[in-house]
Amino acid sequence: MLKTIVIGVIGADVHAVGNKIIEYTLVNSGYNVVNIGVLSSQEDFINAAIETDADLIMVSSLYGHGEIDCRGMREKCIESGIEDILLYVGGNIVVGKQDFDEVKERFNEMGFNRVYPPGTSIDEALEDIKEDLGE
Amino acid sequence: MSNYLLVDFGSTFTKLCAVDIDNEKIIGTSAHYTTVLEDISIGYHNALNLLYDKLGKKIEFEQVIACSSAAGGLKMAAIGLVEELTVEAAKRVCLGAGAKVDLVFSHHLTRSDIKKIKEDNIDIILLSGGADGGNRENVIYNAQLLGEAGVDIPIIYAGNKSAEDNIIDIFDKYHLDGYICDNVMPKINKLNPKCARNKIRELFLKKIIEAKGIKKIESDIDKVILPTPNAVLQAAELLSEGYLEEKGLGDLVLVDIGGATTDLYSMCFATNRSDVVLHGLEEPYAKRTVEGDLGMRYSAPGIVKSLSQREIEFINREKKIDIIKEVNERYQNVHKLPHDERDAFIDQFLAEMCAYRAMHRHVGKIHEVMTPMGKVFNQTGKDLTNVSYLIGTGGVIINSLNQKDILRQMTNILNDSSQLRPEHPEYLVDQQYILAPMGLLSQTHPKLALKLMKENLKELR
Repeated sequence: MLKTIVIGVIGADVHAVGNKIIEYTLVNSGYNVVNIGVLSSQEDFINAAIETDADLIMVSSLYGHGEIDCRGMREKCIESGIEDILLYVGGNIVVGKQDFDEVKERFNEMGFNRVYPPGTSIDEALEDIKEDLGE
Repeated sequence: MSNYLLVDFGSTFTKLCAVDIDNEKIIGTSAHYTTVLEDISIGYHNALNLLYDKLGKKIEFEQVIACSSAAGGLKMAAIGLVEELTVEAAKRVCLGAGAKVDLVFSHHLTRSDIKKIKEDNIDIILLSGGADGGNRENVIYNAQLLGEAGVDIPIIYAGNKSAEDNIIDIFDKYHLDGYICDNVMPKINKLNPKCARNKIRELFLKKIIEAKGIKKIESDIDKVILPTPNAVLQAAELLSEGYLEEKGLGDLVLVDIGGATTDLYSMCFATNRSDVVLHGLEEPYAKRTVEGDLGMRYSAPGIVKSLSQREIEFINREKKIDIIKEVNERYQNVHKLPHDERDAFIDQFLAEMCAYRAMHRHVGKIHEVMTPMGKVFNQTGKDLTNVSYLIGTGGVIINSLNQKDILRQMTNILNDSSQLRPEHPEYLVDQQYILAPMGLLSQTHPKLALKLMKENLKELR
């Protein structure tokens, strides 16, 4: 059966183009993609993941407020019974030019399994997805 | 000459509407108390005699067609997985089919949930959960629990397609009265009501009518074809959309304030704007919501429950009434009709509150989001700002001396920009109770039903 990935853009962020590119690439790579679109809340991601029995939630954030928007998401997954789901995040996830290693560490502590710096192409993440989903 | 008699067996009144098909006109209407507890045909024949008296003669009917919401209407339980998704989808499908949703469950059912289902006289269970290819565990668990408990209520399965075989096995194993339909939410936020809705209607006809005392007058009427709210929904949809060259009224909202519930129907798309981002489950063009805690008699206490202590004191002082006492009086005597000005004044006030609150729950909400790309509007639910007509039906509106004041409660009277309430609608009232009958007539004569509605709804200036 196809593995299911929930994608979307979190918070008050309306960057729709990257979101479409991610959907296109993942579908072409043989995944069942559930795209919840822009302006999505943590709950939107989690609800969609529960109903679709998803294996991975991939959060995009391009407007700099990703850290605020993503805080507490792993905890909500635990409360919702999908504690083992993979959480990825990528885009311009923090404000300004911060040291990415520190940023990555902060997001890892928040429960995100993979954290991508600005400018990462979805093809790079695709390798990780294959590895994490055991293909 | 061919005459049709259209009958609406309501919870309080049995209403008749006679139509002359050839000459395209309503011959007459009448109403009498529904007598469902003793024998439903008594009330029907009394209403029929009233109609003959009005016409001054007996007439023959080629067809007698009925809809019913007698004996509590069609009571359903909606079961899903996540509250905002399959639970909401299941609920909407039940409401769209004309049912009352008495019980709603999400995630795993518990033994006490099952007990409630058994004790609540539920007519049909709609079991859903999981998008197609998604979560299977939850619905299988719930079906298993229903089976183990030996629930003998018809169960419509309309959940994850991938779990279908397991569900069929469970239905067989426990000899459940089960039916399989397409998933009500095959994809995230996609609503697919058709298959389950048709099955609900079919079961309503086959099984429920018998249980609701209507079997007794089978010899008098040709057929019962719809639950009343579904007939009203179909009438509203036809009135909005039009039929062939007979034009409809466009986007509209209909309110029906009854003794037990306040029903709202909106006929329009979720939005016409290009600058909003829509969120949540897909909104149907024809949407019905039912407020089971807002009504003039059985549910009058619900109106007070929705108020704070401060609001109650304010109302009592401003209106010079004791609202709790008045509401309890109406609850204890559900057949009470207003017999003086004061009673009518209080009924008017309660109806206005029902209309306001029901719209508050039905209408879409919007909020502005500041993004680095400028202002964006985030919308959930339906945008009703531009609907052309607001239509009222139900005893309290029809008999009110200030009909427009009740309907006005549904517009944006408080200038709250976050609520997408109607801005400048025209007002109509279903003065002769013809909406449900026209829903029935629309099944065979849609163009005539539409024409008669357009001619017979009363305009309020």
